[in-house]
Amino acid sequence: MSTQKQHRFPWNHVIGFILSIALTLLAVFVAFQTDFSSNVVLWIIGSLAIFQALIQLFLFMHITEGKEGPVNVINMIYSVFLALVIVFGSIWVLTSGHAAM
Amino acid sequence: MSSHVETPLEYRSEQSQMNILGFWIFLGAEIVLFSTLFASYFVLEHNTADGPAGQDIFILKDVLIETFLLLTSSFTCGLAIHSMRNHNLKGLLTWIVITLLLGAGFLYMEINEFIHYVHEGATLQTSGFTAGFFTLLGTHGAHVTLGIGWITLLIIQLVKRGITEKTASKFFIASLYWHFLDVVWIFIFTFVYLKGMVM
Amino acid sequence: MSFDEILVTGDPLIFASQIAIGLTMIGLIALITYLKRWKWLWSEWFTTVDHKKIGIMYIISGVLMFFRGGVDGLLMKAQTSRPGLEVLDAQHYDEIFTTHGVIMILFMAMPLLIGVMNVVVPLQIGARDVAFPKLNALSFWLFFVGAMLFNVSFVLGGSPDAGWTSYFPLAGKEFTPGVGNNYYAIAIQIAGIGTLATGINFVVTILKMRAPGMTWMRMPMFTWTSFITSIIIVAAFPIFTIALLYMTFDRLFGTHFFTVASGGDPMLWLNLFWLWGHPEVYIVVLPAFGMFSEVIATFARKNLFGYKSMVVSVAGIAFLSMLVWVHHFYTMGNSAAVNSIFSLTTMMIAIPTGVKIFNWLFTLRKGRIEFSTSMLWALAFIPCFTIGGVTGVMLAMAAADYQYHNTMFLVAHFHYVLIPGVVFAVFAALYYWWPKMFGFKLNEKIGKWHFWLFVIGFNMTFMPMFFVGLDGMSRRLYTYSESTGWGAWLGFSAIGSLILAAGFAALCYNIYWSFRYAPRDVGSDPWHARTLEWMTASPAPHYNFAVVPEVEQRDDFWHKKKREETGLKKADLKPVHMPNNSWMPIFLASAIGLVGFFLVFEWFTLAIIASVGIVIGLIANSFDYDDGYHIPVDELEEEEREWRGDLK
Repeated sequence: MSTQKQHRFPWNHVIGFILSIALTLLAVFVAFQTDFSSNVVLWIIGSLAIFQALIQLFLFMHITEGKEGPVNVINMIYSVFLALVIVFGSIWVLTSGHAAM
Repeated sequence: MSSHVETPLEYRSEQSQMNILGFWIFLGAEIVLFSTLFASYFVLEHNTADGPAGQDIFILKDVLIETFLLLTSSFTCGLAIHSMRNHNLKGLLTWIVITLLLGAGFLYMEINEFIHYVHEGATLQTSGFTAGFFTLLGTHGAHVTLGIGWITLLIIQLVKRGITEKTASKFFIASLYWHFLDVVWIFIFTFVYLKGMVM
Repeated sequence: MSFDEILVTGDPLIFASQIAIGLTMIGLIALITYLKRWKWLWSEWFTTVDHKKIGIMYIISGVLMFFRGGVDGLLMKAQTSRPGLEVLDAQHYDEIFTTHGVIMILFMAMPLLIGVMNVVVPLQIGARDVAFPKLNALSFWLFFVGAMLFNVSFVLGGSPDAGWTSYFPLAGKEFTPGVGNNYYAIAIQIAGIGTLATGINFVVTILKMRAPGMTWMRMPMFTWTSFITSIIIVAAFPIFTIALLYMTFDRLFGTHFFTVASGGDPMLWLNLFWLWGHPEVYIVVLPAFGMFSEVIATFARKNLFGYKSMVVSVAGIAFLSMLVWVHHFYTMGNSAAVNSIFSLTTMMIAIPTGVKIFNWLFTLRKGRIEFSTSMLWALAFIPCFTIGGVTGVMLAMAAADYQYHNTMFLVAHFHYVLIPGVVFAVFAALYYWWPKMFGFKLNEKIGKWHFWLFVIGFNMTFMPMFFVGLDGMSRRLYTYSESTGWGAWLGFSAIGSLILAAGFAALCYNIYWSFRYAPRDVGSDPWHARTLEWMTASPAPHYNFAVVPEVEQRDDFWHKKKREETGLKKADLKPVHMPNNSWMPIFLASAIGLVGFFLVFEWFTLAIIASVGIVIGLIANSFDYDDGYHIPVDELEEEEREWRGDLK
């Protein structure tokens, strides 16, 4: 069972908030102010989004706390695997055959 | 408000633990649900038929304001949980109300944005792209609306009953939901708006 | 559609059904009123949150739906029994094969399996109920409302007629006007949400509510397969939710998700449908594997061979199930790379499935086999299912599939998978767990009639379909000419379907006979079984276990029996906490059903008014702080004495 100390000041929330604002601005900067090819831009802003999602999960949603912390982490990893299969699978199946010709 | 070591209220009873775990499993289902919406959007994204494409209608400034509103509401929602764990009912209620106001601001912005798109000739029925766009955004917006209604009901219960094992676990679950909507928005912001404007 | 056009008219068959439905309703209402059973129905069944009663309601609904789907099947067999027949017209035939498919998969197989899961899983893990009893009742009522909504389609407004897969563009408004396919989109949506909730419920139940000492590797196999099934439900059903939402939008609001014009993509529907649809096959077949594992181990008097390999192979199937969906549409025009990869993943599924078949065979080897009716179903399952499995590997090869695709060969294949894999399993489960549900056995002699008629009829009906399929007969073909030479095969098949129906009738008679005449003194453990559900009384008391058992090993009950440690010490009794009944689930589901009905007919104002009911239900639910009640020790003692005699 989680027996974490409650801080007087919620540092992890403040850090998470500052990071998420900064990452959002960084993504906008990369998208509009740099000369990378659009593929590179997509990879960078995609990674920034995943990083932000992790901030929410760990700093705000406390995914690892409680008796079922490991279960929650496995559940999220499995869900992300499903998400990748659905998104990349659908795009691949629907745009690589006759549909693309 | 001491920094004593204790199990947070929301995890005390077996049933509360199961409720929280069940909600995490539900969030797993929500991830699948939204990834289906994203996958369909990506497939339909370039099928604009005779209507406008994303870069013709998206306005970065409005989207950024929406993003900051939602990010900030996620932060204040976290502060609400922090207050709750310190048994500070007043702090908890203050932060929730701020969270809801930010959420309502987000909805207001989003509805205005949609009205603007309709004026630009991008309605739900215009093309494959607009269908995918509006259902993805609309599902997220419907979730936010539902969240505001849900948390409003919880505020009444918190005022009536104070912070108890039950109200704490109920509000903790609602907070998970609220943070999750922020996670979804991050991906909408990145892969719908930024991608749509850049590529 | 205006109000006076709702009733379907002009077809004598449908007219007869309308009269029959009307009379049955009036008869039922009169009977219940005459017997003064309304209050009893409401307080004992409609508002119950007891997992066993919910399970029984699922099973009753499933059997009723089996009848409806079966009649559809018989009509199809009658129509194709000879060349050039006109039993049904083309339109009616389209409706019948559509409703047959939807009902058999979603409203027969699903509720029967979920029903057995509901009855058995909490008992097998030594729990008092599921994790969320009220949600469980809501799941049932959502399923029931969805099923009823789908079933009224053929008398009110017209049935869906674009196939159970409802491919676009055919299923779109342009080619299928009318409300039939609106029923498809909305009724399945409602039932699907209930199923998703069941999935979440059982994942948490099995994760958190196992008896002390029941580690992962001590769980009964049926609990394992139910757990994995629930995970697949959570993973797959949201995809269908979205696909059906798109379909609803396309049909009701004129969007362009799946249309050919204006940038829609009909193939997106296929893709999403099978992203859900293939995992769905494993959702219905995995619990069945668990049922057979329990039955085979019990009646071979041996522990299950290769328990760990069984667990690994079930998990492996679950993982692969999400990676094979394209094999349903190899011929859609995918790139060669797509078809090759999905061919590979599909064939890989044969490996864990093969592992299971061998595990069952090795469990039987040198066992002291008792040929009870449920064991017979398990024994017949192995060869029949293997035929379905190997023809599946044939279909898995993308290049060869261009020959088999959408032929009767495919139809034969999936009936050989789903009937042995689901229906045989449910029959085995019903005979096996019946005493735990009702306190008496189903008659074994009538059971053998049921078994032989059904298995012979099944093989006669579906085996010929392989041959006409290879000969080029496409599925959903409403009539054919004499020169095709299929008349003899299909005539034989139609006779088989009558024998199949006789088998089903034998089951119904068996239920009737056993309710009236079967001896009631079967004891708590009539099969000398191995798992925890047999440790408590038959029928199981509403609190399941007076004292939650402590588990020390796999098949714990079997070993406890040998050591004569199954008794109950009076000193161990403590008050038992139970949930209260609730009117919320049936109220909420009815409100949702009403909204769904109005949406089907596109009466949006009425739908909005009715959705106030949903909001009221949700608000009432949020303010519900009901904590349930405690059963006092002396009440427990009294109930336990009734079947145990004296307590220690």
